[in-house]
This record gives sequence, structure tokens and C-alpha cells, in this order.
Amino acid sequence: MAVEKRVRFRSWWLPWALVAPQLVIVLVFFFWPAAQALYYSVQQQDAFGTQVVFVGLDNFRALFRDETYLASFRVTAVFSLLVAGLGLAISLLLATMADRVLKGSGLYRTLLIWPYAVAPAVAGVLWLFMFAPSIGVVSYALNAIGIRWNHLLDGTDALILVVAAAVWKQISYNFLFFLAGLQSIPKSLIEAAAIDGAGPWRRFWTVQFPLLTPVAFFLLVINIVYAFFDTFAIIDAATGGGPGKDTAILVYKVYFDGFKALDLGGSAAQSVVLMVIVIVLTVVQFRYVEKRVNY
Amino acid sequence: MNLKSLVLAASACSVLVALPAQAQTEIQWWHSMSGQLGEWVNGLAKGFNDSQKEYKVVPVFKGTYPESFAAAIAAFRAGNAPHILQVFEVGTASMMASKGAIIPVTEVMKTGGVKFDPSVYVPAVAGYYTAPNGQMLSLPFNSSTTVFHYNKDAFKAAGLDPDKPPTTWPEVALAAAKLKISGHKCPFTTSWQSWTQLESFSAWHNVEFATKRNGFNGLDTRLAFNTPLHVRHIENLANMAQQGLFVYKGRNNTADATFVSGECAMTTGSSALYGAIKRNAKFTGGISTLPYYPDVPGSPQNTVIGGASLWAMSGKKPAEVKGVALFFKYLSDPQVQAKSHQETGYLPITTEAYLITDKSGFYKQNPGTDVSVNQMIRKTTDKSRGIRLGNFVQIRTIIDEELEPVWAGKKSAKQGLDDAKKRGDVELEKFEKANKG
Repeated sequence: MAVEKRVRFRSWWLPWALVAPQLVIVLVFFFWPAAQALYYSVQQQDAFGTQVVFVGLDNFRALFRDETYLASFRVTAVFSLLVAGLGLAISLLLATMADRVLKGSGLYRTLLIWPYAVAPAVAGVLWLFMFAPSIGVVSYALNAIGIRWNHLLDGTDALILVVAAAVWKQISYNFLFFLAGLQSIPKSLIEAAAIDGAGPWRRFWTVQFPLLTPVAFFLLVINIVYAFFDTFAIIDAATGGGPGKDTAILVYKVYFDGFKALDLGGSAAQSVVLMVIVIVLTVVQFRYVEKRVNY
Repeated sequence: MNLKSLVLAASACSVLVALPAQAQTEIQWWHSMSGQLGEWVNGLAKGFNDSQKEYKVVPVFKGTYPESFAAAIAAFRAGNAPHILQVFEVGTASMMASKGAIIPVTEVMKTGGVKFDPSVYVPAVAGYYTAPNGQMLSLPFNSSTTVFHYNKDAFKAAGLDPDKPPTTWPEVALAAAKLKISGHKCPFTTSWQSWTQLESFSAWHNVEFATKRNGFNGLDTRLAFNTPLHVRHIENLANMAQQGLFVYKGRNNTADATFVSGECAMTTGSSALYGAIKRNAKFTGGISTLPYYPDVPGSPQNTVIGGASLWAMSGKKPAEVKGVALFFKYLSDPQVQAKSHQETGYLPITTEAYLITDKSGFYKQNPGTDVSVNQMIRKTTDKSRGIRLGNFVQIRTIIDEELEPVWAGKKSAKQGLDDAKKRGDVELEKFEKANKG
């Protein structure tokens, strides 16, 4: 269907010059920090960096000897699946709804996009207030209907709280992309399906969703990265990883050890582990999930 | 030489000439005091700046303790650290181990030509910031300790004597039970659970929190808070939690707000909470000594300090160091100290300041404000001098993480403390390894 376009450059340097700005950005903001993380992960240093000792793989060994670190892999998997899954499902639903709204669609969209402008830490605090035992609006309502809410001591409650905050924060982003994707689907296709007798449900799954798969795939990758890397501020503000270590996801520990506890070596080793996980996950997604994407 | 460069050269000369006239050396002071306490800090800087013309201390609020600490480290690594940094007590071991990043107070004073006598400081406070070789490393600034706060109105309503607060843990449990019967949903809570229930608890009962004199005698210290006494106490609190007598309100000082709002009737926390209760609480607050177990020999001993001290950062010009020394001298003045103590609820850090405050009748007018002082100015023992551990931030978090399942009834007190010790010791080993050089 698609016509392949290929531009041929006559000089060898022009294409390089054109991609150079992007290359520089990638090198400075991605490869350089990654290299630094690798470098720090084999060192142990005091807070001020006045004594630096090369320790080889000691930081990694210490990590994997720590049972609670291994346990946080499970927490991270549950948290990331919930955040990415719920985030995508809810925003797809909202985008499909918003796509059909005729009157006041601008208002709906603005309101739905709003949470994206909220800083993660603020999102964490907002949800914390709503769910605060004994004074929060939501926990008060839950108590009224007989559900005892206490995320300070109940791990499941705490997980629900941080997942809700993280999903809420990311829905706007997903919504924007889904809505744009839906609106770029030619109306004629949907109309043709309607004429053939397909109802809204069938039209969505056989026409719209297959055409949305590139967007959905892109968002899946982005959301997994988001859940793995960008949620530490929410965790920090809402639960601090507690109760116990029930919401201490991997990236939260990276943040805590690096910025609060000032253990740069240990923190760098963890971020290297995290980097490897996300690279593997992304490769898996591109190799297996992408096969089911219609471009 | 053309006209332009001539003008440039001339203006450069005039700048050079003009310099001595306005040569006020600026001293950057990074701190973590917000709100009312921020005004207090600004007042101190202004007082010093008005007292002389050569130096100008510029206080800069840099966020919470961990935030300003991290900011100062980043600045130090980039080569522009502040002259003075306020560091919280759990960061003390990290600062002491960072050779080359700081100048000990005694040396600052020597460089500045200022006479300095560390013995004027309250021993329990000064001892905490003194190196094993007797050299005082940082200047005690705002120190608080753990005390017992209670709501006198709630006590009255529950039929308890508001002027006779519980002094032992069995009495606390009894009072909590009465409060609960009278309809109170949160009879007792605590903030800073590691600090109040394990650290100060240990010193108060004259037992070690960590070996090697709580870390004072070497980096090869290991945690020791899983003794039968500690287990007994945590078990006691866990039982109270199951009966709804102790309600856990979160990590750090989140419980403070629940006491000030009147939701919780009793709490153990910082003596510096006094100011907030006096200003914001709609009830009459009472302060008492930290509860203890009367059958433990040697208790009550003394409690340990929290709060922060001031560190002089290295790599500064001698003139600037002299400014720091003069400012430190100003801060150590008994009158300045006494005023600070009365204004903030922090401990008086020199004995003289305590005596001045006592003579002025302050303690009589503000009953309870002397509780923290009395807990601190006792003669300390090797086990109660204070607690100085590396990676203390992580250790406190580990304790939080291990106590929470105990309060929830998912882990036994013994198991929780054993696990906390095991995990905390890993942090101590790591710190020892990174800093043995």
C-alpha cells in the first residue's frame, strides 16, 4: 500500500551533517550519563567524592546478596504491569469516547490533558491527601462503606495508591496520542464498515484498533519506560516505599540511595541493572510485539 | 592602544581602586530552616552583620536537610561549596569521614585567631560533634531531643490527672487504655520511630544501640538493638497497636501533625515540636520525660540529640575562614544562645545559656520547656553519649521498613529487630569499607 520514498544524497557528509544535532543530543543526554553510571557502579566513594576506591563488581554482588532487593523485582513487575496496562486501557477508552463527542470536545480534551502538567511529586501528594487515613476524602468515604483503608500499614492499599497516582499522571499523555491516532483514521473507512453493517464495537476492533496499533505499540514502550524510571517521585511523596518495602520499586531505591543516602556507587550499580532490564524489555517488545503491529 | 582598550583598562583600574571601599567579604550559609525557624536564622545573620562591617553572612534556604546536604555535595564537587553548611545529625558520620571536604571548628578558630573553649558547650551536645581525638569538628547549632508530649484536655476528658503524665511504659499503656475507653481513636502515636523508640530508648535505658560505644569508637561498629529489652519494648508497642492503643501514623515526623491537630492524645517526638503546639494546637499541651521501664537498672539515663550542626567547608580563602570564625564566635555568645533557645524550643547548647534562661524565669513561665534540658544535661555514659553511624539515613529507613510489618502484626518484634540488625549491619560494613582509607 505504501509507496516507498527514498532520497539519495550525492555527498557523503551531508546526511551525517543533517543527523548530527540529533546524534549530539543522544550522545550527551543518553550515552554519556549511561557511561558515567557504568563508571560509578564499579566504584565506592564517600559523599563528597574525596576518596574514591575501585571495587570491581562489589556493588553488584552486594545488591544481589540483599534479599529485599530481589523482592523489589517482584514489586516492580506488578507495579509496572498495572501502571502500563491500566494507563493504556483507560486512556484508550477515554480517547475513543472523546473522539465521538461532538459538543464541548475542546473542554473534555483540555481537562483530560491537564494532569500531564502536574509534577510527579505533586501528583503523589495530591493522591496522598485524598487517601490519607482519617482525614482524606477517599479514605473517609471508604470507611463509611465499611472498607478500612490504611496504606500506612497495608501493603495492598499502598500499592493501589501509588498505581492510581502513577496511572492518573500518565493518562493524559496516552490520551493525546490515542486521540491523534483515532483522528487520523480516514472517516471513509469507518463509514464503509458502518454501511457494511458493523456496529461500534465491531468497527472499533476490526477497523480502528488495528490502525491504532503503531500508536499503541509506541505507547506501550513509553509507558513501560515511564513505570520503570519516572515514578520515583510519586513513590517518594506518597509512601516512601513503605509499608515495609511493599511499594519500593527498583527506581525508587536508585533515587533513595543516590540522592538521599548519597551512596553513589550502590545507586549507580542499581541503575545499571535497571538499564539492562529496560533494554531487554524493549528488545523483546520490538522483536515479538512489533510483529503484530500494522503500519 | 586604541581608545576602546584604554577605556577598558581605565575602568578596570577604577574597579581595583574601588574594591577596598566595599570589600565586605561574603560568607555563604546554607541552611534548612523554613517558616518561623527561617526568620530566626535570618535574624542571627542580621545580628552578626550589624555587629561589624568586614563580613556579611548571607543565609540561603536550600530545602530540607537531605536536600541541602545533597545540594552542598553537588556544589562541592563542582568547586563552589558554601562557606557554612547546616547538616542534620544523621549526616554527621558522613561529614566526619569526608576528609578534605571540611575544616574542623577548632582549626577554623585557630586560623581566624579567635579564642575558643569547647568546654562551654553542654557535654552531651558537644561530645556528639567531637572526633575521637578530642577535636571539635562542627559547631552545635540547633539541637533537640526526644520527649513525651500529651494533650492535657484529652487527659481531663478521660478522667486522668493532666498534671501527672505517665512516666513509665506500663503507665503509658494504662493511660492509653483509659483514653480509648473515653472514645479516643488514637491514644498514642510516635514520630521518628527509630530515633524515639530505639535510639533514645537505648540511651535512656543505658544500653547500646550499636557496639563500639554506638559508633564513637570506630567504623567497625555493628547494630545491637535486638536485645531482650528492645524486643520487650517493641513487642509491648506491637501489642498496643493490636489493641488500638498505639496508632502508627507514618515515617519521619508525620505523626506530629496528628498530635497538634488533637487526633492523637500522646506522642513521643522532638522537643522542638513545642513551638508548633504552642502556636497551633487548640488544646493545652504538656511535656514530660520520655517513658522508661522502671525495672531496668541505670534508667532513666539521658536521651540522645537530634537537630543539626554547622560545618565549615574547605577550600576557602583565609580571610573568609576568619569571617566564619567570627560568626561562629558570635553564635556561641551566651546571650545569643539563650535567646535562640527560648525562641525556638531547641536545646540551650551552652551551660551558660541554660543558666541565663533559668535566671530569667523562662522555665517557670513556660512549664515543660526544661524537660528536654534536664534530660540532656546529665552526665553521660559510654552507652548514652550519642549515636554516630555511617549510612545512618539508610539504617533509619531499614528500621522503618522492619517496624512497619511488626505494627501490622505480620512479623514478630524479635524477627523485625533481628532483620533490621542484619540489614543495617550490611550498610555499616559498606561504610566501613568505603571510608577506611
